[in-house]
Amino acid sequence: MNSLILRMVAGRVVVALVTLLIVAVVIFFATALLPGDVVQILLGQAATPAAVKGLRAAMHLDQPAALRFLLWLKDLATGDLGVSYVNNIPVADLIGSRLGNSLKLAGVTAVISVPVALTLGITAAILRGTLVDRTIAVFTIAVISVPEFMVATLSVIVFAVYLGWLPALSMTGDVTTFAGLIKAYAMPVVTLSFVISAQMIRMSRAAVIETLSAPYVEMALLKGASRRRMVLHHALPNALGPIANAVALSLSYLLGGVIIVETIFNYPGIAKLMLDAVSTRDLPLIQSCAMIFCLAYLVLITIADIVTIVSNPRLRHS
Amino acid sequence: MSVSLSSTRPARRWRIGYRISPVGAICFVVILAWALVAIFAPLIAPHPVGEIVDFDFFQSVSAQYPMGTDYLGRDVLSRILFGARYTVGISLAAVTIACVSGVTLGMTAAVIGGVFDSALSRFLDALTSIPSKILALVLVAAVGSSISVLTLTLAVIYIPGSYRFARALAVNVNAMDYVTVARVRGERLGHIIRAEILPGIVGPVLADLGLRFVFIVLLLSSLSFLGLGVQPPNADWGALVKENIGGLSLAAPAVIFPLIAIASLTISVNLLIDNLPQKIRDRSEDA
Repeated sequence: MNSLILRMVAGRVVVALVTLLIVAVVIFFATALLPGDVVQILLGQAATPAAVKGLRAAMHLDQPAALRFLLWLKDLATGDLGVSYVNNIPVADLIGSRLGNSLKLAGVTAVISVPVALTLGITAAILRGTLVDRTIAVFTIAVISVPEFMVATLSVIVFAVYLGWLPALSMTGDVTTFAGLIKAYAMPVVTLSFVISAQMIRMSRAAVIETLSAPYVEMALLKGASRRRMVLHHALPNALGPIANAVALSLSYLLGGVIIVETIFNYPGIAKLMLDAVSTRDLPLIQSCAMIFCLAYLVLITIADIVTIVSNPRLRHS
Repeated sequence: MSVSLSSTRPARRWRIGYRISPVGAICFVVILAWALVAIFAPLIAPHPVGEIVDFDFFQSVSAQYPMGTDYLGRDVLSRILFGARYTVGISLAAVTIACVSGVTLGMTAAVIGGVFDSALSRFLDALTSIPSKILALVLVAAVGSSISVLTLTLAVIYIPGSYRFARALAVNVNAMDYVTVARVRGERLGHIIRAEILPGIVGPVLADLGLRFVFIVLLLSSLSFLGLGVQPPNADWGALVKENIGGLSLAAPAVIFPLIAIASLTISVNLLIDNLPQKIRDRSEDA
């Protein structure tokens, strides 16, 4: 670590913070400037003009949008996420338990898919051009080209309908025993793993192959090293940076996948919460959930960028 | 719908004079077939789209109903043929709007440079840090999902990506001598963009348009699957999967065939672009 690296990392973090601010602006104005009067919707047809006026003042809706944005940003920064329009429960309470569930799902998926995907990606790079490599390539292109819900429905058809191993819905059976817990998690985790593994395999394969074209690898080849030794001892240590970058980027695909997976398996996570909020147009809840997703995404891509900076050997001795 | 034809025409022109890869040719035929289906759906569909043909729902494949019946006993084949209109039509319109605006903005930013370029780039880059599905959910919650609004929403979501891609290409072309000459000659911005920059980047931009078309098809299908895209009684392929998801535990053909339709389209476009001559796809992988 030297000052140049620290400066670049700090610069990247500043960019992330600025981006987060712009994202907040976009999300706020996309949701807050919609047609339709929220107060009218909340109070229903029978509302008296006085009640409408009172509630509008209480919700600061009579203030200009820019001021409301600053108020909202201040509340957000102090951890006050507002109150749900639909059931008057603080948004923080609604999100609290759901967020834990989603993180559990994402964590289990990451723990399972990262080792598997990296193994497959590196194997494909070692065996480049062989039948194994081609098979893996066909699999990854197929998974990337189809929507997540197709992967999900196909795994239900295979594992639940034809093989009968797993229940089609999550969190419906008995989750008190270990076996029951595994069964409840298996289907969402398998689906999500497919989706992010495909990305990770492609990217880690590309990262290893990229380093394989470096002169020192050619030198190893000229010395008579086997392809396996070339990849594992010469290329791989130098590809660790790009691979870590690939892992962080692939994990960001979890965010999109989780929306579909939580819906189709009825998993009580934050994406399902957001989706329900969208169908009831519960704005504070939508805003908070969207901000959480964007924050998670930004954290992942910033980590990916920082890993690239830190692992760049050219910056180490300058 | 006439747009769908013009989008496939350039692909055919490229093939002539280049080596024709069999995979690319097959994919091209599949895409052309779906485009024709989208145009002529009313002529080839065996049953009207909303007609309940049989009171036996989730029927399996038979000679009379080649893809079975759906949850109300409607003919799945007819619904898929009509669904092609929504999936292909909306996606094509959205990708056209997204790429035309994105590429125009990108070229303008590259040529003008300076504050305009950096402000626009920073703003649009920030937009790409919103995951596309989340942005779609927020926008749909805000403006609803009638078909025209849905098309615009999808277009807006993919403008930043298209902008970034075109800008990166245009910056390189902008540094060429002939562009400098044009500028010294006193040509106006519109002329530089249209006559000097655009011809230099049109190949990769069209390949990028194809990739973005796939993203839009996937996002549209996912939205419809979540019940936020095309609304009943109309149905695109994603909505067909959603409305028949009750038949999943029976592995009903009404769930499987719309999935196959989506996959055949998206995989074909991806493979076609992978099999385009190198000259055209130059940099299309950096998208």
